[in-house]
Amino acid sequence: MGRITLEGVAKRFGEAEVIPPLDLDIPDGSFCVFVGPSGCGKSTLLRLIAGLEDTSAGRILIDGQDATRVPPAKRGLAMVFQSYALYPHMSVRANIAFPLRMAGMAREERDRRVEEAARVLNLTPYLDRRPGQLSGGQRQRVAIGRAIVREPKAFLFDEPLSNLDAALRVGMRIEITELHERLRTTMIYVTHDQVEAMTMADRIVVLNAGKIEQVGSPLELYREPRNRFVAGFIGSPRMNFIEGAEAARHGAHAIGIRPEHVTPHPSSGDWKGVVGVAEHLGSDTFLHVHDTGLAETITVRAEGEIGLNPGDTVYLTPQPDRIHRFAANGDRL
Amino acid sequence: MARAVPPARKALTTALAWAVGLLLFFPILWTVLTSFKPEPVAVASPPVFLDFDWTLRNYQDVQRQRDYFDYFQNSVILSLGSTILALLIAIPAAWSMAFVPGRRTKDLLMWMLSTKMMPAVGVLVPIYLILKWLDDMITRRTGIDVGLDSHVALLVILTLINLPIVIWMLYTYFREIPGEILEAARMDGATLRDEILWILTPMALPGIASTFLLNVILAWNEAFWTINLTVTDAAPLSKFITGFSSPQGLFYAKLSAASTLAIAPILVLGWFSQRQLVRGLTFGAVK
Ligand SMILES: Nc1ncnc2c1ncn2[C@@H]1O[C@H](COP(=O)(O)OP(=O)(O)OP(=O)(O)O)[C@@H](O)[C@H]1O
Ligand SMILES: [Mg+2]
Repeated sequence: MGRITLEGVAKRFGEAEVIPPLDLDIPDGSFCVFVGPSGCGKSTLLRLIAGLEDTSAGRILIDGQDATRVPPAKRGLAMVFQSYALYPHMSVRANIAFPLRMAGMAREERDRRVEEAARVLNLTPYLDRRPGQLSGGQRQRVAIGRAIVREPKAFLFDEPLSNLDAALRVGMRIEITELHERLRTTMIYVTHDQVEAMTMADRIVVLNAGKIEQVGSPLELYREPRNRFVAGFIGSPRMNFIEGAEAARHGAHAIGIRPEHVTPHPSSGDWKGVVGVAEHLGSDTFLHVHDTGLAETITVRAEGEIGLNPGDTVYLTPQPDRIHRFAANGDRL
Repeated sequence: MARAVPPARKALTTALAWAVGLLLFFPILWTVLTSFKPEPVAVASPPVFLDFDWTLRNYQDVQRQRDYFDYFQNSVILSLGSTILALLIAIPAAWSMAFVPGRRTKDLLMWMLSTKMMPAVGVLVPIYLILKWLDDMITRRTGIDVGLDSHVALLVILTLINLPIVIWMLYTYFREIPGEILEAARMDGATLRDEILWILTPMALPGIASTFLLNVILAWNEAFWTINLTVTDAAPLSKFITGFSSPQGLFYAKLSAASTLAIAPILVLGWFSQRQLVRGLTFGAVK
């Protein structure tokens, strides 16, 4: 139904190689998230799959069929853009019906499907409005409605939630996840928000400068990052990296320990430092500890409220089985 | 933007604007006035402004000599026809320049504009000869008139001379339209034709409308090619006017009447479409 395979796909813009040749297999029905820092080529990769950009090399297979030279209109994929890209001169109804109209579907069937999509997305009261008369969240839903009506082989999302406010973002995140549960259609989702990546994906593709650093389930990436880049990118707050003597003691060029795997104590522990900033979130407290002699700052996540304030001396103990070891080239040891 | 403007300054600006407006309008006003004067009054020195025997004689004379409506019809055919043709070519052209620009798109645009800087008379002879040759080769043999003094030839020429401007105008309007919307249409299964027909054209409609209006006006007022390449069959109102400038006798009043008749339709069109024109011409400038 919607298996997408990239074989040696590369993209150059003039001289600049934005995506060096890469292989990737996205199984049917999966929720695959591309994450990576800004400018790493996530959108470009998505647009290559969509057919909106031509590949410079390699092949793109959709359900085993070579689609490399197939125009976007014929690939059977639907896309939701960051800017929503709704047709401003058409009503919500006409927007959602547009792909069906292009497919030459009969009017009654079209209307039925549009009503159905609108019902699912709570858009029924707005069907006769123009996109300009909707809120950001409603526009986003129209864009999703336009994508789902024609039952595509796969959905492509390019940072669809980045224009929404935080509360709405969480709501839409859940809606999209539920949509995937219900439809079981392949979804490829681009984001630079690693919380979105962790919560939505069943597989994450971490990109860096156009290269795939690692592919895996969220927990695989969290537990066993293949290199320092992935280790630093996945997880919030960021993993602490320690080099030098302490790393050498573990037989590595560098070691990494996540903030949630370090236990602070006021009087005893492995590492001694001074609390710089304490961020109290209520449920958690983030301590930024200085003067440990290991790294400039070590971030520690403590559950609940703890009685440590800036300037206090603190002792830190890492959980030994949670220490990640890295070689000089960044690879996991 | 309600800004406090000192009343004195406001009065001054208003007076100045009126002065400039009247200055620009004066030749038209004078032409219209002259068209109602008896011929001797038209050339009287010092000129007579309003105090003369108003007459419609000139209009009657003009109409008796040449049928205005023949020329009017040709003007309509040529200006509307060439504008529609130009739009049909320019919309896809501007689409490609705005949304899939190549390395040389900017050069191409400049080159097109540069053709407008060439004196038209420089290519009059070759074009005249081409049309004459077409007359010999096609018109004589098939009876389909495509040469001198034919609608076909004039339509093609008027289309081509205004095409650079039409493409430029559309290009600037199209560039305001986010490319992602067109990409969304492509993802939704739209062919190139669907994309231009259902998405781009409706979205750029204000721009296309003002391009249309401006080009109709330009084509209506075009005189060089129409005067030189038509005789009667395809002759528009510009040719109509020249018919009344004779080397002998008094002709100013009749010429003015002919001119008034020629510009009247376009004045009316301009008057009713001025809002659209201004909106289109400032499109993108105010945002
Ligand atoms: N049309 C283009 N011409 C030249 N370079 C381009 C073009 N499109 C993208 N790039 C370059 O390709 C690189 C990757 O861009 P891309 O938009 O894919 O990044 P991204 O990962 O989506 O970033 P973001 O998170 O900011 O959206 C960037 O360095 C960008 O400058
Ligand atoms: Mg992007």
